[in-house]
Amino acid sequence: MKTAPSFLNRRDMLALAVVAALLLIVFPALLDGFRLNLVGKYLTYAFVAVGLVLCWGYGGILSLGQGVFFALGGYGMAMYLKLEASSVENTKIQSTPGIPDFMDWNQITELPYFWQPFHSLPLTILLIILVPAFFAFVIGSAMFKRRVSGVYFAIITQAIAAIATILIIGQQGYTGGVNGITDLRTLHGWDIRTDSAKFILYFVNVVLLLSVVGLALFVRASKLGRILVAMREKEDRVRFSGYSVANFQIFVFCLAGVFAALGGAMFTLQVGFMSPSLVGIVPSIEMVIFTAVGGRMSLFGAIYGTLAVNFAKTSLSESFPELWLLGLGGLFIAVVLAFPNGLAGIWNDYVQPPIDRALKLRPKHQGDDVAKQAASTAPAE
Amino acid sequence: MTTIGTPPKDYLLAVEALTVSFDGFKAVNDLSFYVDENEIRVIIGPNGAGKTTVLDLICGKTKATAGSIRFRGAELTKMSESQIVLSGVGRKFQTPSIYDDLTIFENLEISYPKGRSVWGALTFKRDQAVRDRVEEVSEIIFLKDKLHERAAFLSHGQKQWLEIGMLLIQDPELLMLDEPVAGMSVSERIKTAELLNTIIKNRSVLVIEHDMKFVEDIAHKVTVLHQGKILSEGSMQKVKTDPKVVEVYLGH
Repeated sequence: MKTAPSFLNRRDMLALAVVAALLLIVFPALLDGFRLNLVGKYLTYAFVAVGLVLCWGYGGILSLGQGVFFALGGYGMAMYLKLEASSVENTKIQSTPGIPDFMDWNQITELPYFWQPFHSLPLTILLIILVPAFFAFVIGSAMFKRRVSGVYFAIITQAIAAIATILIIGQQGYTGGVNGITDLRTLHGWDIRTDSAKFILYFVNVVLLLSVVGLALFVRASKLGRILVAMREKEDRVRFSGYSVANFQIFVFCLAGVFAALGGAMFTLQVGFMSPSLVGIVPSIEMVIFTAVGGRMSLFGAIYGTLAVNFAKTSLSESFPELWLLGLGGLFIAVVLAFPNGLAGIWNDYVQPPIDRALKLRPKHQGDDVAKQAASTAPAE
Repeated sequence: MTTIGTPPKDYLLAVEALTVSFDGFKAVNDLSFYVDENEIRVIIGPNGAGKTTVLDLICGKTKATAGSIRFRGAELTKMSESQIVLSGVGRKFQTPSIYDDLTIFENLEISYPKGRSVWGALTFKRDQAVRDRVEEVSEIIFLKDKLHERAAFLSHGQKQWLEIGMLLIQDPELLMLDEPVAGMSVSERIKTAELLNTIIKNRSVLVIEHDMKFVEDIAHKVTVLHQGKILSEGSMQKVKTDPKVVEVYLGH
């Protein structure tokens, strides 16, 4: 009998293979360029959802401000792309050539200091990871060390999302204001607006997402993953077993923040702009809904949930734009009331058992005990 | 009558002039007592006497308003909860405090004293030493055949044992137990007494308990609390015959 699960058990490997096949083979084969790019955009939200599974599903920390981290990544990438698009050559009609056009419109004559590092691509990539990690660390330290949790934490993160939006819109000269950062062209000289670039970026995005899922699977399978569950259930018991609960909460919040930022950066690359409409309260809550629909305890469910809700959103909002938000709210209520474990719960309760039974029927007479043991050792996901 | 002059250094736990007030109400009032190495001390007293609060103060769950708690000479009142645990104090809660969604194995493993930092937990390896120790403890707490079941499916008594097992694996020098046999059936009580007798070896134990039979069985010394103060202290025989104790506690 094996007691130690290696970080990928057979079921996880199968699930990873299925989702990889779907995203890397089936979608590219079936969808045209426009739709594929759309799926790519949805998948950038899945980064956030995967982070939320760890942070909220496992750790019990509900953040309603993940849009902030998505934006930190997205804006970081957009700043790099914008600087590249704003060469002196391209902007010679401006009164100050060589700075982004919206700065020129706002009578700014010099590139602000915090834009300077974004001239360099390696530095940009580094900052896309470090800046959200730093912000999450500061927010997390301020709150978790003071034992702020549950609803209070959710409300504060929501307020932070609102503040971030107001800040971005208000500081038009530095951020591009309500329009965001637009007219992005090349990544290190490579034109990202062409169909072939979009096709390649889709695959980069999927591979990055699958790596993030792999990392999340590793965290989940480590003792840290079990401590997250333990913390969610009996915070005091964990504390009085010698763990600093706040440090674990800060860690998982930072990790979710970095995941979200990677999604944001990929969003900018694939969609070609970044704007405050992806930062605030509504997108942040939408991301929580994607996670809930997928099943907040399921890393793979996060991907399916994000895709399902966004497909529904696109098709419904094309025909009934006003009704969509009502539909989204209704969906969230339905999930919470009827399927608290989301799509993953439906799968585990109704689809997986018949499959397991079908697979186990044949070797039944030789290994009844083994099957029983497997059933009792496999934890409910 | 309760303080014994200046305490010599070799007490394991020295609680002195400990006071905590909740909005003016002094749940523990100028309390002093000393626990020796390998001593089993039972705290008894009527409801609201401040027994659980004393344990809360020692393990850092509640911060003291005044006074000091020294454990091996280190001041506990200034430490965080996890630091107190690391210095060697373990606490069992009154209601079984275990992780329902994890298996018995995982419950015990989390209390294994290794990999308690974030990085340590990420890189923690479930090696043979861990497995052996978990199995050993699970046998002591009568749960060996349930190692891979979810803790949610255990009975109340078994959950209490599991939490005792979690403390055992943590291996504290001072073990604090809050009503370990409350809510147990007679047969479970007997097994628990047996269990406690094996785990209290080579460590000091501070127990809160109402079951007088059980107290007589295990206590070296008894402290009776009443309204946040010590009413009487000494051997079970002495305490039992103390007229003040009979009046406020044993009389009912």
